Amino acid sequence: MNADAINDIATRHPDAFRRSLWKRYAAPIGILLCILYTFYCSWFFSIATVLEKANWNLAGAYLADWVSYEIRPDIEFKDNYLTIDYSRFSKLGSNPNPDWMAKQMAVIERRVDAAPAPAIATNKSSQDSFMAPGAPTAENPAAPSGQSAPAAPETVRENAVVAATVTLGNGRIAITPNLVTVTRGAESVIFDIAKDSSVTPRTPLPDWIEQRRPGSTAYVSFGFLGRAEVQNDEVVAWRRFFGWANFVFDTNSPFWGKPFGEVASLIVSGARIDPSRSNAALAWDNVLNNAEWQHGDVWLKLLQTIVMAFVGTVLASIVAFPLAFLAARNVTPSRIANQLTKRFFDFQRSVDMLIWALFFTRGFGPGPLAGMSAIFFTDTGTLGKLYSEALENIDDKQREGIRSVGATPAMVQRYGVLPQVLPVFLSQSLYFWESNTRSATIIGAVGAGGIGLKLWEAMRTNTNWANVFYMVLLILLVVFIFDNISSYLRRKLMGTVANGNDERRVSVRPPAAQIA
Amino acid sequence: MSATDVYRAPALSPEGATVERHWRDLAARRRLYTIGGLVFLLLALSGSLWFANETNAGKFFDRLPYVADFFTELQPRDWFEPVRALFDLPSPYDDGSLKFDYPEGRVYLTQSIYIPEYFHRMIETLNIALFSTLVGATFGFLLCFLAAGNITASRWLRFVTRRFLEIVRAFPEIVIAGFFLAIFSLGPIPAIIAVSIHTVGALGKMFFEVVENADMKPEEGLRAVGANWVERVWFGIVPQVLPNFMSYFLLRFEINVRASTILGAVGAGGIGESLRLSIGRGHEAKTIAIVFLLFCTIVAVDQFSAWLRHRLVGRQAFAYGRGE
Repeated sequence: MNADAINDIATRHPDAFRRSLWKRYAAPIGILLCILYTFYCSWFFSIATVLEKANWNLAGAYLADWVSYEIRPDIEFKDNYLTIDYSRFSKLGSNPNPDWMAKQMAVIERRVDAAPAPAIATNKSSQDSFMAPGAPTAENPAAPSGQSAPAAPETVRENAVVAATVTLGNGRIAITPNLVTVTRGAESVIFDIAKDSSVTPRTPLPDWIEQRRPGSTAYVSFGFLGRAEVQNDEVVAWRRFFGWANFVFDTNSPFWGKPFGEVASLIVSGARIDPSRSNAALAWDNVLNNAEWQHGDVWLKLLQTIVMAFVGTVLASIVAFPLAFLAARNVTPSRIANQLTKRFFDFQRSVDMLIWALFFTRGFGPGPLAGMSAIFFTDTGTLGKLYSEALENIDDKQREGIRSVGATPAMVQRYGVLPQVLPVFLSQSLYFWESNTRSATIIGAVGAGGIGLKLWEAMRTNTNWANVFYMVLLILLVVFIFDNISSYLRRKLMGTVANGNDERRVSVRPPAAQIA
Repeated sequence: MSATDVYRAPALSPEGATVERHWRDLAARRRLYTIGGLVFLLLALSGSLWFANETNAGKFFDRLPYVADFFTELQPRDWFEPVRALFDLPSPYDDGSLKFDYPEGRVYLTQSIYIPEYFHRMIETLNIALFSTLVGATFGFLLCFLAAGNITASRWLRFVTRRFLEIVRAFPEIVIAGFFLAIFSLGPIPAIIAVSIHTVGALGKMFFEVVENADMKPEEGLRAVGANWVERVWFGIVPQVLPNFMSYFLLRFEINVRASTILGAVGAGGIGESLRLSIGRGHEAKTIAIVFLLFCTIVAVDQFSAWLRHRLVGRQAFAYGRGE
């Protein structure tokens, strides 16, 4: 190709070779504007400061909480023994004795300070303590003090924990009243504990232990498996376990902690635990009222959300249906009626779902009524607009045909218009049903009831991330199921129509705006 | 059809009678399905309504007479109050309470020029929406080519990308927002992250469907002259799909304005938060001002976006449910 030929082509296609300045530089200008806008936004929202101040350690811990749980034993230093205490609502039940906590018991002597005049005060020597040797006294050091003399400090002899070892995977914390040895993998650090004054490591600290000031609390990290704080009066360990604790039965249930086979045999053939009802009923009740997971409540709230989306969409479709005929200019010839209905639709759409939700929450009180009314009001507008647009796009020949055989106006609508638009109407309603199932969750959080509110409450406590994840999984499951039902129904609908009119099939694309 | 009543059909041949019988069978079955479906829908609807009413805090018929009370409560002291609330002008009823502290929230640009509080909040919400649409669209743009069957040959890559987009889209925004609220504390950033993540999924899906419908001839031409993957996509596909992408971007922006308002109401800043507070505290003038502002903004955004979409893709109406 020589220069002449090139010039020839260039003169024949000037728009391709000499494009206007704007067209040539549209892409770089657009990208530049986007970048400038990004800078503006990072200034406007002060993104850098927020990211800097964010607590990223917390993020890791919260994320880990989604699929795991922590058990926190407090090992407190006494003069020559230790007390081990689990938090009050421990996931291990009321009398925990886990195998990862090795305890070494010994008979020790300890001084008991005077307790103010207990009712059964005696002057007996402490050897005659009512405690049998070997009883787990360490759980409750206050108990023997009731036996002591009212005035003078006294020495008691009893069996107590003198050393404890917490195992966390390849890590280990060995604790004695004045010495704590922390091991992780091959590394190991020994801390000298001066009770109530200082924590002193004997060797330099590795990077998984942090001590902010000499002598202060040491923070030990074992990665995902847990962490520990070595304080001058106690060691607090957080031992992390994978999974969801007590998902089926909580610790108050008689079925708690039993293996599956035993629970099954109890339900099928065991003697009644609660004489008033069968074991199966008791088990079901225990599952529903599980204090940690609140299955019954969560399922109820989930059903509320589903109902909100369903009723809202159905009612909106029912109301939008006749109004759409009024709004379509090829169906109703009156321009005033068209415009009024269309502006009404616009109004309903433009008052945000949030406003409707807040308003109806005031009206009906929190609950699904408020949520479904909000969805109903917003979607009447949106569906009405869609329906009337579908009506305005119909093929006029069918109507003419029906009219030409002398049908009444109602018959013309029924046989000339409806068969064309009904599949479109239904499939659009189905799309909205899908998308409302999702948006009903969010609406719930502002007070309109359903799982959204429950989810929001669980999140605000910052401790129930496993519950949050459980609810998220339920929501995802519901959304997935409904998506499939809706697309199955839509396929069925379109299938019946596609035979006669192929164009109709392409004309029903997902409403882009609602793929939310 | 009614026409058969007046027009008597001639006697049918045996074959015609068979066809007629089959047609009647089919029509009867179809009617049965329709009626069955309607009965089922009716039962489900009434069951749902009963259930919703039972589990609601207030019962429908008990509360119905009081629903409109909200509007009577919403009447301000005088009808100029909402205007003062909207433009942060001092109120003559100011008694030092939160209800009438309109000038408090002014955002001063200079010594004397200020942006009224709710306008500033509205700008914040719009910025959240626009910025997160931009971030989401950027990632959606990058991912959509990996999910499109006509561009990416590897089935695995496509499968992974599509599943990723699906999960990201279905994950409730409110959870993402709540999670980041816990890390960042209150502010608009959690809303931005939540809306962006959701937008990646939503736009990614719309984008890759556009790409799959693109004309492959320019791409083939580029392949013939030895262009690599990036060049083929950039010069062969992108120019075709860009108007549609822009159109979907604008639609998403409309949706995201609403989404960020709602997220604002649960603690992520912006106008939503102001609205929830003012409704909750019963500040009628402020509520009217905010509702008015929100309404106008949403109408303006919708109109602007519709206008721009028309310019970009002509009369191809994307908006709701009609062709591409």
